[in-house]
Amino acid sequence: MNLLRALAACLVVSLALVLQVSLFPHFAWQGIVPNLCLLVVVGAALTRGPQTAIVLGFLAGVALDLAPPADHVAGRWALSLVIVGYVAGRVRQDVKPTAIAVVGTVAASSFIGTSVFAITGLILRDPLLDVGQLLEVILVAVLWDVLLTPFVLPPVMTLFNRLQPERATT
Amino acid sequence: MSLDTLDRRRVSEQAPSGRLRTDRRDRRWRATARLDGPNRPSRALLVALLLACATLITLDKQGGDHSPLEPARQAVGEVFGPVETATSAMIRPFVAVPGWFRTHDSLRGEINELEAENARLRAESETSSYDRNRLDEYDGLTQAAGDLGYSLVPARVVGIGPAQSFSQTVTIDAGSRAGVHPDMTVLNNDGLVGRVLRVTSSTATVLLIVDAESVVGGRVGESMEIGFLHGRGTLGSSGHLELELADASEVPAKHDTVVTWGSQSGAPYVSGVPIGRVSSVYSSLRETSQRAVIEPFVDFGSLDLVGVVVPSGSSSDRAVVGADGNLR
Repeated sequence: MNLLRALAACLVVSLALVLQVSLFPHFAWQGIVPNLCLLVVVGAALTRGPQTAIVLGFLAGVALDLAPPADHVAGRWALSLVIVGYVAGRVRQDVKPTAIAVVGTVAASSFIGTSVFAITGLILRDPLLDVGQLLEVILVAVLWDVLLTPFVLPPVMTLFNRLQPERATT
Repeated sequence: MSLDTLDRRRVSEQAPSGRLRTDRRDRRWRATARLDGPNRPSRALLVALLLACATLITLDKQGGDHSPLEPARQAVGEVFGPVETATSAMIRPFVAVPGWFRTHDSLRGEINELEAENARLRAESETSSYDRNRLDEYDGLTQAAGDLGYSLVPARVVGIGPAQSFSQTVTIDAGSRAGVHPDMTVLNNDGLVGRVLRVTSSTATVLLIVDAESVVGGRVGESMEIGFLHGRGTLGSSGHLELELADASEVPAKHDTVVTWGSQSGAPYVSGVPIGRVSSVYSSLRETSQRAVIEPFVDFGSLDLVGVVVPSGSSSDRAVVGADGNLR
């Protein structure tokens, strides 16, 4: 992996994180914001495959876990984004994914990602919320992520294709 | 055997073996492509990352308040805190309520607003039934207004944790350089917001009182009954608190005001800060106690300008609103 490429990927994740924490709360519905970091990981998975995606997912998750104002047990977002990277990477076909495939992958990834986070919370007794509330949050989060897909995924996927063009055709 | 036949044999041996080698290399390349191809990550990496996640979770969970990840949090906060502050400052004029910024887009305006807010807060507290009761009870021994003589460090909310994380925390743009330390009370002009969890040099993380892990000591202003307020961890602006009174026979009335009863030396909560109003009461048979649902005064959906309660006379990198409403 080229250092420059890794740096660019980290920058994209950082940008997504800052926007998610500072910009989107102004548009949030009941505090639920689109999970931009997850969208970036899905974008990486669809263009670069799961190998890159799980590493990026781990980095993005650790950043989400540690950057203020996070206060949950660290490692929970890392775990769910690694799983998201793996699943979204496996979905990828050798042909260029169609728009519907991308939206479907995002919806599934968002559902899996937020659910894994919620389930780890239930196991660790971290948030102490009831299942109804968890489900509501998960479904709204999926809706948000799907809504943001047409604006976030194309530039992210173009960027990841540019970062490593020789593999983009395989 | 002559030299040239040997040579010929060598040539005849070399040709097919050479082809074989390229064949094998080809096959090997294809095989690796199939194994770690774009559709399949190396299993070792996946397992390593999953184990890393599990390690992080275990370390942080077992560590509790003295988690080994706290320095990492601090370091990441030092990097992301200023970035969040800058981003928030950049986008604030676009997303803030336009009416606010028509007249108050300078720091001076902000400070004036905070001054007014501080004065109003004190006036409100002084005239509340809580303080009347207190003065009656202690027969003037305690100066309620003196007790409420806080200094406030003004700060703005620059980052809000997503509801997907199921915890209600925000980042404010005042840190240790501004005189803010962990376990300080955060309030705004409506009432109690939360307490400071951890600080970096320029930002601080605040746990909101509606978070599911937040517990605040509260006192019903009308009856002086004490109890504990648990956050319900509900979403957005519809956050609620649950008041559990220590005395099970006491029933709080609807619309009673609840204020903090404070802790020793004002950490984490100073006393007498309005929290919310009783919106409904129910009794929990199993735990034989009265519980009331408290609607907080603070609108957590649109949190922006807050004040951190600091000891009078503490040094700060910005103007501190003094107990008498003046700037220092």
